[in-house]
Formats: sequence, structure tokens, C-alpha cells
Amino acid sequence: MARVVLEGLRKTYPNGFQAIHGVDVEIEEGEFLVLVGPSGCGKSTLLRMIAGLESITEGQLSIGDRVVNNLEPSERNIAMVFQNYALYPHMSVYKNMAYGLKIMGLPKAEIEERVRKAAAILELTDEQLTRKPRQLSGGQRQRVAMGRAIVREPSVFLFDEPLSNLDAKLRVQMRLEIKTLQANLGITSIYVTHDQVEAMTLGHRLMVLNAGNVEQLGTPIELYQRPASLFVAGFIGSPAMNFADARIDAAGKNITISGQAALPLGDGGMLEHGGRDVILGIRPEHLELVADAPDAVPMTVSVVEQLGADTLVHGHFGESKSNLTVRLDGIRHIKRGETLPIRVTPDHLHVFDPKTEKRL
Amino acid sequence: MVENRPLLTLFSHIMLILGVAVIALPIWIMFVAASHPDIRMTQVPLPILPGGYFFENLDIALNRGLSGQSGQGVAHMMVNSLIMAMMIAVGKIAISLLSAFAIVYFRFPFRMFFFWMIFVTLMLPVEVRILPTYEVVANLGMLDTYWGLSIPLIASATATFMFRQVFLTIPDEMLEAARIDGAGPMRFFWDILIPMSRTNIAALFVILFIYGWNQYLWPLLITSEPQMYTVVMGIKQMLEAAEQAPEWNVIMMTALLAMLPPICVVIFMQSLFVKGLTETEK
Repeated sequence: MARVVLEGLRKTYPNGFQAIHGVDVEIEEGEFLVLVGPSGCGKSTLLRMIAGLESITEGQLSIGDRVVNNLEPSERNIAMVFQNYALYPHMSVYKNMAYGLKIMGLPKAEIEERVRKAAAILELTDEQLTRKPRQLSGGQRQRVAMGRAIVREPSVFLFDEPLSNLDAKLRVQMRLEIKTLQANLGITSIYVTHDQVEAMTLGHRLMVLNAGNVEQLGTPIELYQRPASLFVAGFIGSPAMNFADARIDAAGKNITISGQAALPLGDGGMLEHGGRDVILGIRPEHLELVADAPDAVPMTVSVVEQLGADTLVHGHFGESKSNLTVRLDGIRHIKRGETLPIRVTPDHLHVFDPKTEKRL
Repeated sequence: MVENRPLLTLFSHIMLILGVAVIALPIWIMFVAASHPDIRMTQVPLPILPGGYFFENLDIALNRGLSGQSGQGVAHMMVNSLIMAMMIAVGKIAISLLSAFAIVYFRFPFRMFFFWMIFVTLMLPVEVRILPTYEVVANLGMLDTYWGLSIPLIASATATFMFRQVFLTIPDEMLEAARIDGAGPMRFFWDILIPMSRTNIAALFVILFIYGWNQYLWPLLITSEPQMYTVVMGIKQMLEAAEQAPEWNVIMMTALLAMLPPICVVIFMQSLFVKGLTETEK
């Protein structure tokens, strides 16, 4: 267990491409930090810099009390789980897990003990320990890859999209296992994913990366409730947040979506932004279907998706062009072309500056 | 595809049997000739069924040699051929593995230059550079030695090129996982790269062993002492035996013997060999 401190970490490739534009974060002991972002945002590069697989162009990286910028991966006291597992195909599961310990020069008895312990934690049977990786299913391989990380007893776990090669059902199950495992072992973990559900469920804190910049760092709830930018707002939450061009009235009390009814702004309005064009964000779950409410806005339905637990209704407000998704709980019988009275819960409005794309 | 057309089946079987016959007949004749006394082989028609002198001929071929010659059998030539073929196969594999490892996994100045330099040697087989190579080997005092027989044939790019392709198919994560496990470059090479290219090594071994075993021109050039002759040279020299009629029974027996080791290598390494040439999953 150790704190991991990143100070002004930058990465520039020899061809001049800047992949990481300065990342500062202190990861506490035992914390689970998730790096999340779309592909190509630099999250894997950042993880690989922490692992020592990519060099650090600028800045300082410390694990525990040591600055590890120039240490080999094996000297950083980390363990990494790869997306494609990266198990050695010619070695049995046992040998795969024992290989790193053998190189460390641990006595045979201790290697055996550590491997057995890890196997027990991951519920790998003795029979499975003798098999080759290709004789295992995807989920089992991922367990072995985690076992290989556990036996090293590292101070930091690094996960590089470990679940993306699994099918949906297994992914949910393994997600839960990783969360439980991390909570039980209490080892500082850094986890890279492009899946926002994984990020929300696993992380104590999330770092949203976009094109090598940190968009926002915070707990899942903070990111959900107060996304700092349009990018984070659109990335976190599923189905994605609805955006519409809107205008705040001169008094700063109400907001109007292109000619529709004015919606009251919560918290006494936004006086300083009165009369401004903005982008309004509303999450699909913060729109409700209400009959006969005076402030309801009529929405024309174009598509209905039944999920069982929820019903997703896609459509648009009156003449407005921007698409809108509403999440209603339970099974609703709604037809295409219907007009529904929709009300926006005023406390859940997100207002963004159209130019800087930052939250107002 | 399952087809049920009896005529087609019949036709394809006839073609297959003909093919086998064309290849097997000379070998059969060789076997028959090796099992008759030498007088019988000078009379027509030639025998078509094996005779009873197989083991006598075997003894002559291995230990005594032709009556008109120095009186040496081919046993020591078999040993020479074996040593030469093994040295070529093992040496080539070892050098190619290391050079392919360097080219794929290390970044050093002029890396691509060296790769192409190695590649260019593909265009220079022994026959093309035979005089300068002879000069070099002679100056190094390696005439009539096993080193002289094998070293010039070890240097070639085919195997390096093949291992480079094999290494390129191994995912980068394997190297990264090994680095995190603390394996240094040579450890990674021994513990991971070599076992992972096991089948390719086997396939290459078979090909190179046969290549080495069948060498004729180079051994002919650089050996002058009968002690260093190889078996392929031996067969040729038997045909030139003095003024008497060739002793076909012994010559054929020698040819049979010369075929044996390559066959054994192919049979014993067959499963690995086929895997090495066809397996793609890593």
C-alpha cells in the first residue's frame, strides 16, 4: 500500500505529439482511482507511464516515498493487469503466477504459499492451476491475470481495461469481483476504462481525460451531479445527458429552450448570467411525465425503447430540432407520434457556456 | 465438402496411387538392389523382388566399403554428415534467434540497415560466393575440419527473417508483462520467446537438417582427407570406382543409409513441424 503522487506529468512523443498535457493528482493509500475517457484520450498512456512502460517526459511520479521516474517497472512495486491478459501461453497457470516471484528469487515454499493463497482468493481450483491459459475461459484467464498481480503483493495495482475482452454478463460479474477484491486487499489501484458504468461503479474517485487533459477529478457522485464541462456531462451517465440551446432571461430567473415554455432556474436563478445564450443539459432521468402540470412542456415522441425496468422515450420539444431522451421507470405503453407533457425538475439543470464548454 | 460421386472417387484414387508409385518405385528398386549380391545386379532383367543379401550388403557398405577402394566403409561418413548437419541446423537456429531478437526488440542505431544487410545475404548463396568463402576458410585453417564444413553454411538470412516474422506476431503485452515480472532481456528471451517459438524452431530444424545433410558441393571443395568425407560425397565417389563395374548393391545400400537420418528427423518431428508451419494462434 502506498500513496501515488503525480506532479505535472507530461508525455511528448519523439515525433512531437503531446499525449499528456500535465496531470496532477494525489492518490491516497488504498484508494481506487479510475481513469476514464474515450479512446485516444491518453488514459492508457498515463497508466503505462505510471507502470514504467512509457518514459515520463516531464514531471515527477512518486510511489510511496520514492520518486520512481527512472526505475524499471519491476522496481516500482506495482502489478499490472492487461486487457488481453498477457498470460504466458506455454506456462501453466501456476507457473504464470509464480514466474515473477521466481525472478524475485523467493524460496520455493514461499512462492507455493503465495500462489495458493491468491488461488484461494480468486477461487481457482488446484486442477485449474495445472492447466494452460488457452484451456481456460475468458473470465478464468482474467482471474489468473489478477492472480499474477496479487502474488507480487504490490503497493499499487494497475488495471488496463481488464474487462473489455469479456462478454457483457461476465463483465458485470468480474466488475463486482474486482471491487470486492480491492476493498478486501486495500491496495491502491488505478484502473483505466472507457466504460463509464465501470468507472462509476468501481472508482472512489474518477479522473475524466480528454485529449490528454484532465477534464474533471472527483467522486462518481460529484461528476454526476456537477459535471465541470460539457464533455464530462455527456460522458458520465447513461443514457447520455440531453443538451439543448437555451437562453437565460434578462432577470436570470428563467431559462427558455428555443421558443418553448420558460423553465424556472433553481437556487434563486443565475443573476450574473442574465440574457445569455447557453447550453442547457438535462439528464434523461430528471425529466418526468406529469399530467396537467402548468409548467409541463409538450414533447413529440419519435422512438420508444422498452428496457423492462425503464422505458426510454426519444423525441423533441415542439418545433425544437434537438433530440431529447426521457427515462421513465417501469413499463409504459407509449406510441410513436404521441405528445407527452414533460416536466423538468428544476434542481437538476446543468448550464454550460457554449464557447468555453465549461459549467456556469 | 462432402461429395458422393463414385467415378470421381475412383479417378482420384487412381491418380493418388499413380503418384505414390512414381515416388515409391525408385526407392523400391533401391531397396531390392541393396538386397542382392553384386553379380545379380549386372544381369538383365533386373530383379523386382528383394533377395537375401541385405545384411551382408549392409555390413560391406558400413564397414568395408567397395573392394577396389581404400577399404573404408561409410560409417564414418555417416557420422561426418550427421555432425555437419547438426552443426548447421543448431548453429543457424541459434544465430538467427539471437539476431532476430536484436532486430525486433532492441532499438539501436542503424537497426534497419543491419536488417537489410542480413536480408541481402539471401541473394548470396554459397555457390555464388564459393571462391572467396573458400579463401577465407582456407586462411583460417579450417580446411578438413567440421567448422570449415559448417560455418560458411550457417551464415544466411532465411532463418533470421523467419524468426523476425514469428517474433513480430508475439503481442507487445507479453514483453511488458515480463518487464513487470522483472525479467531482463535475456531472461525474456529464454523463458518466453524461445518456448513460444518452439514449433517454429522445430520446423526450421527439420528443414535445415535436411539442407545440411544434402550438401554436396561445399564438402567436396573443402575436404581432401577421406576421414572428413560426407556420405553424399561418398555415394558419388563410389560410382567412379576404378575400372571395374559399379557395385550397385553396395551403392544402393549406401544411398538407402543416406536417406535414413532425414527420414527419421521428419518422422520424429512431424507433429511439431506441421504445427510450426501452420499454427497461427499465439
